[in-house]
Amino acid sequence: MNKRLHYVIDGDDFTSAGQASGDVKKVLKTLGVPSEIVRKASIAMYEGEINMVIHADGGVIDVDIMPDRIVMALKDSGPGIPNVEEAMQAGFSTAPDTIRNLGFGAGMGLPNMKKYTDSMEIDTKVGVGTTITMTVKIV
Amino acid sequence: MTLNEVIAALGLEIVHLEDGERRVEDGYCGDLLSWVMGRAAENSLWITIMSNLNTVAVAVMADVAAVVMAEGVEAEDDVIRRAEQQGVNLLRSGEQAFALAGRLYAMLKEREHDPEV
Repeated sequence: MNKRLHYVIDGDDFTSAGQASGDVKKVLKTLGVPSEIVRKASIAMYEGEINMVIHADGGVIDVDIMPDRIVMALKDSGPGIPNVEEAMQAGFSTAPDTIRNLGFGAGMGLPNMKKYTDSMEIDTKVGVGTTITMTVKIV
Repeated sequence: MTLNEVIAALGLEIVHLEDGERRVEDGYCGDLLSWVMGRAAENSLWITIMSNLNTVAVAVMADVAAVVMAEGVEAEDDVIRRAEQQGVNLLRSGEQAFALAGRLYAMLKEREHDPEV
């Protein structure tokens, strides 16, 4: 059941964020992936999608669904993460107040992405962009 | 218990009901969306005062049984439309989150001890 999905994330539209993750969720369900795995992958991707909109003016997401795993690659040309260790700490956030008022920016996005995936790699360069690759095992 | 039973017991107002027979197995109160996704269990009744479009998206990703907008919070038309499109059960109540959660907790515990109730 190998399947590749590609999404372009609009950086201007915070309210539509989640469409790509929602679509991936539907596809995974259709493919018969167990619901707990679908949930983990959907939440991790949604957090990544939100981060792209808040911090990086959007980006692109490639999702590879393989029989034994789901690989999600989120690539943006945003400002990069100056200190990854700091960004990974629960509660650390650089999100503006406007975003906090919408219920995000609590500094739990990256920790959730790590929590719900089996592996997460962050490749980031200040001024160039960030690529985050997350893998969720199916079996 | 089913969502229909919870709606009746808590006197919740229906904004959009997609699946009243959905099982409610747990509950969660919170307004910080990433906390909800990090902590709420699947099939929870999520009680919140948030009512924006992202609330609907979080309900989808976290696979909660329903969203209850507590404390008299109103949903804008676009939020209701999104809930309809995404198939999210959306409810509301004039009661405080604390009171709703307390009553739900008692009901779920009662069922746990006596599934026949």
